[in-house]
Amino acid sequence: MSPVAPLAGRAWLFGDDIDTDVMAPGLYFKAPLEEMARHCLEAVDPAFAASVRPGDIIVAGRRFGVGSAREQAAMVLVQLGVGAVLAQSFGRIFYRNALNFGLPALFFPAAGEILAGQQLEVEPVAGLVRNLDTGREYRVNGIPAHLMDMVAAGGLVPFLRQRLSRPPAEQA
Amino acid sequence: MAEAGAGPGIAAGCGAGSAGRTLAQKIIARASGRSQVLPGEVVTCRADLVLLLDSGGPRRIWPRLRELGVGLHDAGRIVLVNDHFVPAVDAGSAAILRLTRDFAREFGIHRFFDMQGIGHVLLLERGLVQPGMFICGGDSHTSNAGAGAAYAMGLGAIEMTGVAVTGEIWVPVPETIRVDCSGRFARGVVAKDIMLQLCRELGMDNAFRAIEYGGTAVAAMPLAERAVLCNMAAELGAETGLVEADATTLAALQAAGQQPVDDALAWRSDVDARYLEVHALDVAALAPQVAAPHSPANSAPVTQFAGTAIDQAYIGSCMGAKLGDLHCVAEVLRGRQVAAGVRLLVAPASQRIWAAAAADGTLATLTAAGATLLPSGCGACAALGAGVLGEDEVCISSTNRNFRGRMGASSAQVYLGSPYTVAASAVAGRIADPREFLA
Ligand code: SF4
Repeated sequence: MSPVAPLAGRAWLFGDDIDTDVMAPGLYFKAPLEEMARHCLEAVDPAFAASVRPGDIIVAGRRFGVGSAREQAAMVLVQLGVGAVLAQSFGRIFYRNALNFGLPALFFPAAGEILAGQQLEVEPVAGLVRNLDTGREYRVNGIPAHLMDMVAAGGLVPFLRQRLSRPPAEQA
Repeated sequence: MAEAGAGPGIAAGCGAGSAGRTLAQKIIARASGRSQVLPGEVVTCRADLVLLLDSGGPRRIWPRLRELGVGLHDAGRIVLVNDHFVPAVDAGSAAILRLTRDFAREFGIHRFFDMQGIGHVLLLERGLVQPGMFICGGDSHTSNAGAGAAYAMGLGAIEMTGVAVTGEIWVPVPETIRVDCSGRFARGVVAKDIMLQLCRELGMDNAFRAIEYGGTAVAAMPLAERAVLCNMAAELGAETGLVEADATTLAALQAAGQQPVDDALAWRSDVDARYLEVHALDVAALAPQVAAPHSPANSAPVTQFAGTAIDQAYIGSCMGAKLGDLHCVAEVLRGRQVAAGVRLLVAPASQRIWAAAAADGTLATLTAAGATLLPSGCGACAALGAGVLGEDEVCISSTNRNFRGRMGASSAQVYLGSPYTVAASAVAGRIADPREFLA
């Protein structure tokens, strides 16, 4: 596979235990996804949903995405154009859902060293996070290239469709 | 309890030596075709066995297969079970069971168990789990199979569609928490009590961790009790739970008429394996535990809840209705009666368990004491079959979770306990300490 382009964007900081209810509030479950996305994370950062720009990067503490298994939590972040999520740790299901919906999620132990608004560059496969403002570079566990194919395809279902339309050559 | 530790990414610097690997790492390495894997890495594994249940299996997967215009990667790896909606209680559940049967026929799935028992129990009972296997199941308690020294992962329906089509799944290599259990249980205390205590002590937020159980107390446990430990790894929020292979693992396979794989006994952690945490538990000091509504982590020694009046006592599910559990219940009920105004419902976890309990006189003891027998299946555990709770009713149950509304009305109060504790409570008509009934 061709190398995946680095992602770049501004950092949005969040603390520990940001749960899926805060990302995808139950109050808007019946509303269209765009409507729910406008309320994404508003309980902890009312400015986020309105000001986040495509490519921006979430930097969070421990257990990002704990709580209910609702897949909308990952879907609204994708909807808002979030480029990647870097967190010290993730809730199990949220982490799977993020990648299954095409959103790179990386474990980032040094999240505490990032300041809000700093410009970050992330190479999800190589496992590199660069703080362009400070020049610091961090090595993290990258997403394997074969899994990044799924992320790049937009998630599991589009990836399956893509994969099935190719001849069933064995991949490494 | 410990701060939510390292999570993936922390142990990656621990060097490239091949020693120091846990059982979970070894299985994932084998299934991903690598010589070794480290916690924090994400790898792709091939599933040796794929467990599909009526609940989240064909009814969710088949429409997507049609949409994608594909079939199954390998029907031979699939084990398909009708267990959640059996026997049908309405036209809706009948339609789901029928769809599952049609799916088995359409795709030529030979290992299809229709109303034979609960899937997780059947996997071990029929000897379908070999040490070292990597298993994917469309149900959160798939970890039950870890008792057979396998790595068994519970997944949602979308991901199971991917597994069914490609045979593969991506896996974050977990850290392993080792729980070492030593000592001998006091009378009336069993594996379930260990788990209720662990839910309180380890909490329910153990993502990206595998829980490995060992020590002399686990070595002495039959496979069915080991399965209790692994089953409730789901309540700990862990990736899975597992027990290393030993003579008991092999004997259970042989008893099921299956030949263990050649390297069966190799599926153990290295002696210098790197664990995230090691917890030591002396089971001799353990009292029967009860979890109060509405979380398995709301647990305390039974004495704390003793005296709480109950309407229903339930012995059932993939957790608490195996042959050994029924024997515990019979031990308490022999020569006694279920309290007036209380109903004791017993749903043996599989047809074979039912037959064995009938043959050895256990069922007769239960019914003589006033128990009502229910069909083998998930039933009341998830409010899908007979035994559903009404508004404000109080139940003590040998199942694994007591979230609000799980067994019926959302105002119903469900307490969790061991089969011993449930039986003692049924006799007393209130939550009771089983040790008082076991002279
Ligand atoms: S018995 Fe209960 S916990 Fe077990 S598989 Fe069925 S519904 Fe799930």
